[in-house]
Amino acid sequence: MKNLFKLSIALVFIFTTYTSCNNSKSSDSKSGALADNVAEKVYVAPGEHDEFYAFISGGFSGQLSVYGLPSGRLFKVIPVFSQDAEKAYGYNEETKPMLNTSHGFVPWDDAHHPDISQTNGVVDGRWVFINGNNTPRIAKIDLSTFETTEIIEVPNSAGNHSSSFVTENSEYVVAGTRFSVPIPQKDMPIKDYKGNFKGSLTFISVEPEHGHMDIKFQLIMPGFDYDLAHPGRGASHGWFFFSTYNSEEASTLMEVNASQNDKDFIAAINWKKIEEYVNNGGGTMMPTNYAHNVYDESTHMATSTMKKEVRVVNPSEVPGAVYLLPTPKSPHGCDVDPTGEYIVGNGKLSANLTVHSFTKMLDAIENKKFAGDAYGIPIINFEDVLAGVVEQPGLGPLHTEFDDKGNAYTTFFISSEVVKWKVGTWEVLDRQPCYYSVGHLMIPGGNSQKPWGKYVVAMNKITKDRYLPTGPEVTQSAQLYDISGDKMELLLDFPTIGEPHYAAGCPADLIKPRSKKIFNLEDNNHPYVAKSEMDTKVVRDGKTVHVYMTTIRSHFAPDNIEGIKVGDKVYFHITNLEQDYDVPHGVSMIGANTSELLIMPGQTETFLWEPKQVGVWPFYCTDFCSALHQEMQGYVRVSPANSDTPLKWSLGEDIE
Amino acid sequence: MKKSNIIMLLAAILPLGLFLFPLWKITLEAPQYPTPLGMYIHINDFSDANPHDIKNINLMNHYVGMKYIPEAIPEFKIFPLGIIITSVIGLLIAFKGNYKWFLGWFILMIALSAAGMYDFYLWEHDYGHNLDPKAIMKFTNPDGTQMGFQPPLFGSKDILNFRAHSYPQFGALFLALGIATSFVAFLIGKKTHKKSMTM
Repeated sequence: MKNLFKLSIALVFIFTTYTSCNNSKSSDSKSGALADNVAEKVYVAPGEHDEFYAFISGGFSGQLSVYGLPSGRLFKVIPVFSQDAEKAYGYNEETKPMLNTSHGFVPWDDAHHPDISQTNGVVDGRWVFINGNNTPRIAKIDLSTFETTEIIEVPNSAGNHSSSFVTENSEYVVAGTRFSVPIPQKDMPIKDYKGNFKGSLTFISVEPEHGHMDIKFQLIMPGFDYDLAHPGRGASHGWFFFSTYNSEEASTLMEVNASQNDKDFIAAINWKKIEEYVNNGGGTMMPTNYAHNVYDESTHMATSTMKKEVRVVNPSEVPGAVYLLPTPKSPHGCDVDPTGEYIVGNGKLSANLTVHSFTKMLDAIENKKFAGDAYGIPIINFEDVLAGVVEQPGLGPLHTEFDDKGNAYTTFFISSEVVKWKVGTWEVLDRQPCYYSVGHLMIPGGNSQKPWGKYVVAMNKITKDRYLPTGPEVTQSAQLYDISGDKMELLLDFPTIGEPHYAAGCPADLIKPRSKKIFNLEDNNHPYVAKSEMDTKVVRDGKTVHVYMTTIRSHFAPDNIEGIKVGDKVYFHITNLEQDYDVPHGVSMIGANTSELLIMPGQTETFLWEPKQVGVWPFYCTDFCSALHQEMQGYVRVSPANSDTPLKWSLGEDIE
Repeated sequence: MKKSNIIMLLAAILPLGLFLFPLWKITLEAPQYPTPLGMYIHINDFSDANPHDIKNINLMNHYVGMKYIPEAIPEFKIFPLGIIITSVIGLLIAFKGNYKWFLGWFILMIALSAAGMYDFYLWEHDYGHNLDPKAIMKFTNPDGTQMGFQPPLFGSKDILNFRAHSYPQFGALFLALGIATSFVAFLIGKKTHKKSMTM
């Protein structure tokens, strides 16, 4: 008994020692974490600004989100392909034409791959381009206003996925089709796909000063699926590379039937050569129908023009312009390193990562080291174009970006990780897990000649338990890693909108100084502008009524209107007279079958109201503009259709 | 030409700097204005420190019933004329006059400047106290009298949520230098006169 007592005392002693030892251990690791403080690396103090902008695609939201790095804070969701009731995009009369297509008004799309314009191979921060995947479109967002200012529909395309990537002087923004389809479209059996369906690769020229887009030519390729793309840069400037899958040309049970070939292709396109051919009158003008929508900042209005033809070029017309590089297996990302020498094919069903060499490709072309052809397009011998293989880096490689120290970073969807490897030696240097199943990744400038290799953002496809649960549908998620050292370090999880497919980033200083604060009222050329309260009026034209209204803290002018009748179409054209930073006014009318307006200083926007009931109906400012915001309201008197109430309006006095 | 007359010539020219640089600046700081609102007062104009500042000052001030800052005031005609006339007089004196005239010009300029400042004060007082009886917000001093919003003539002052600063600018410096230089011309002129008397 005594011994037992002694033993238990001893045990307690040992236990205590062990526990306290444990304690000191854990406090050690704590101080270790403090010495290398992760939180500090992402902390941007109140009132201070992030170092980088990140433009992260909104995927099936159709929009483009603007984040700051390293904080992961969301600043703005720029409406691009989907209506946005908050900003009246696609609801007000000015921006409805932006969503016009050859299929009519399409209020949604699947926004995929943003890319920032470049000058001399360096990201210049002027515009972001992004593709609508579903109803093929390319949009341009002006980074002085952070608004979508142009959308061009891409004809002969379906599933506009290998888009929208810019060449190194923004000569072109390029859009490749995912689905091959009959070109031109026609009624035919689906089983006759093989040999009859074609894939279009569209080169859209970008006018250097204002960025206006215009389809220069479409290359009509064999009926594969064109998945992703990137331009050559530096030495390989003038070429464009597209990954393909479904070289089997299957049209059903694709997950099996399009995964049979050991190798698919990366298509190498010498666009300079085709451009020259086209400049000399080459190619064929083909009848088609597509929308070109342009927003004019001076009229604050968009116009939609239907275009009726497009220039198409077949590879056979320009010998030596198109080659196929065999690449295992169903490659997704097609990424070119900053020097332009290496083309990485991220074969998503392959165990290895294939890297092609641009110099070897030129050599193989010169010495005709071909393994055959596909529909007349030479296929280069795999071994004669291969630069190297990253052996067993992970499972399911999707996409690679580069830093400024000769390293590459590849996402692996199946093994859920980012893997860092050395360009040239192909050795794996580091790997970090992602939570979970990462899709794309982004290093600011990481797809240009000049990456800013400080952070990588991984955009994950699955979130599950990473945040507080929100029912069956949870947020999408991105993760930020510090890549400034030898080893990557996970710094931050942050939620994203929609499903981010890709992102583009650059130092904030490229964009910040050019960001507009207001629109100058004197430069407003809207046809229904009222530049002062003196210019406000109400004009009837049959059953259509135009209200020229203004807002300024804290009233509408006019704020009493009489003489509106049931059955009228009333257009409220509202000009915000403010000229101060961050003083928008909103407006909404009871029962209007549309969204509010949110009008920036100096801007004019229009909503349509079709009153259906007699009465006196209020409207009010929807944006808390000032101390007297709650007083910013007005009335419209609606009389029966056959009444003779005179059309009158006022501010500050009664209508007699 | 005598040394003192050359200095007087300089004195007469210096106030013309008022046509190149603003005379005064009023700045309004508040938390909601990370870039403060500001207004330059020129000899012949009011101007924005940053685009649209005057419009935004007016917008702020209408809440307490202050009048809009006018596009033009009679002083914009009188002041430039006054400066041109006094400069011409100064030039005539520099070529024809002696040190006694320099002192006369100096006194004239001091008097006119003082009158100008007093005029400015009167305008400011009216601007800050002559409020719209239908003002949205009415404030009273602790003693029950109506609160005024007159910006300081010189220096800094808190007005509700704003801190107002009022300080001379380069134009005023040129005027002051001109006046001071005329006094220097007087002193030197007097000294050389005495020397020549004794010789």
